[in-house]
Amino acid sequence: MKKVISMDEAISHIQDGMMIMIGGFLACGSPHKIIDAIIEKGVKDLTIIGNDTGFVDRGIGKLVVSGQAKKVIVSHIGTNKETGRLMNEGKLEVVLVPQGTLAEQVRAGGAGLGGVLTPIGVGTPVAEGKDHLIIDGKTYLLEKALKADVALIFGSKVDEKGNVYYHESTRNFNPLMATAAEKVIVEAEELVKVGELDPHLVMTPGLFVQYIVKP
Amino acid sequence: MEAKDIIARRVASEFKDGDVVNLGIGLPTLVPNFIPEGVEIILHSENGFTGIGPAPEEDQVDMDLVNAGGLPVTIIPGGVFFDSAMSFTIIRGGHLDATVLGALQVDEEGNLANWMIPGKLVPGMGGAMDLVGGAKKVIVAMTHTAKGEIKILKRCTLPLTGAKKVSKIITEMGVMEVTPEGLVLTEYNTEYTIEEIQAVTEATLIISKDIKPMF
Repeated sequence: MKKVISMDEAISHIQDGMMIMIGGFLACGSPHKIIDAIIEKGVKDLTIIGNDTGFVDRGIGKLVVSGQAKKVIVSHIGTNKETGRLMNEGKLEVVLVPQGTLAEQVRAGGAGLGGVLTPIGVGTPVAEGKDHLIIDGKTYLLEKALKADVALIFGSKVDEKGNVYYHESTRNFNPLMATAAEKVIVEAEELVKVGELDPHLVMTPGLFVQYIVKP
Repeated sequence: MEAKDIIARRVASEFKDGDVVNLGIGLPTLVPNFIPEGVEIILHSENGFTGIGPAPEEDQVDMDLVNAGGLPVTIIPGGVFFDSAMSFTIIRGGHLDATVLGALQVDEEGNLANWMIPGKLVPGMGGAMDLVGGAKKVIVAMTHTAKGEIKILKRCTLPLTGAKKVSKIITEMGVMEVTPEGLVLTEYNTEYTIEEIQAVTEATLIISKDIKPMF
C-alpha cells in the first residue's frame, strides 16, 4: 500500500464538520504544514481535539484565529488570546479537560475502551454533569473515550510504511492520537526508506498510519 | 533577599535525595537554584520528559525540546522522554513525590484554586488538576498576598483546581501545614510578627507548639 501522498490529497480527507485530533504541546510536535494547508483549503466547522490552542501564529491556534474551529476540546487556552475572545463572544465552544484525563480519553479511544475512571476533577467544575462511581471507597469520574475522524500527527522520522519516531519532546499526544482516528495522516519531518528506521526506535507502528506527507 | 527567593529557598529544603518533582511555571522554577548540595531531585516536565536542564544558549536553541510553558530547555544526562499518557501515569499513579505550584487562592481545608477567574481569566487547567490530585505532596509556593489582596482564606471562592489536596503552603512570611484542624503555622519569617502574619491571612492560623524561624 502506497502511503506517501501529496499535501493536496492529504487535505482532501479533511471535510467540513469533522472531528480532528492534532498532535503537539504548545506547538511543539504539531504538524505545522498540514495546519497551513487546512487554512488554505478553508474547511470549516471543525471540532479540534488537542492539548492546547497553541499561539495565535503557531500550532493549533492558527485554526482558531482563522475561524475554522467551531469547538475545541483542550486542556489549556491561556497562550492564545483569540480562543478566549471567541469563546466569550459565543463564537467558539471550548471544552476544558485536565491534561491527564485528555490523554487517557484519547488512549481509551484507540484502545477499544469505553472510557476511564479518574479521581481527577472530583469536587471541581470538571465533575459537573458526569457520572461519579465509588470504587473501594474512592470516588472517580467516568470520562468517556474520545475518537476522531482524522488524526493529524507530526513525526520526526517516518519510513514509507508509516513507522514513526518522535524526537525529544515532540512526542506528547502524537502516539496516542495515532491510535484513535479513522484516518491518520502523519507529517514527516524526514522521510526514509523502509529498513532505514531501527525497529527499536519506532514509537508508532506503521499499521496505525494511513497516509504520509513530506512537505 | 526578594520574597520569591525566600520562598524558593525554603521550598528547596522540602526534598530528599532522589525525589521526583514537578515545578509549576513562574516562582516554582526558581527552586532548583537553592537545592542543597548532596540532594539530587529528578525534575518532571508534564509535556513528556524527566531531567529538565537549564535554558540553552541562544545558538543552541532546539524547539523540539521545550518545557511545559513552551520555552526551550535542555535535558540532563539520565533524563528520558515519554508520551503524554506516560507523563500523567507518573503524575496520577503515585510516582511523583511532590509538586510545587502557585495559587490564586488556597484555604484552611487544603482546597486550591489556580485555573480560572469566572468572567475574567480562563486559561484552563492544563496539567494542574492532575498534579494536585496525583502528587504525594502538594506544596503551594506563593507570595502571602497578591498586592495586598488576601489569598489564604477560610474557603476558596474561585472554582477549585483540587479539593482538600494541599499539604503545605510556603510564603515569604512563613510555612503553614494543612491539618484536619486547620492551618498550622510551623515556621515564620522573623522579619514579621505572628500578629502581622495573621492580619494578612483570613484563615485562623493555629500556632505550632514547636514554631521556629524559617531560616
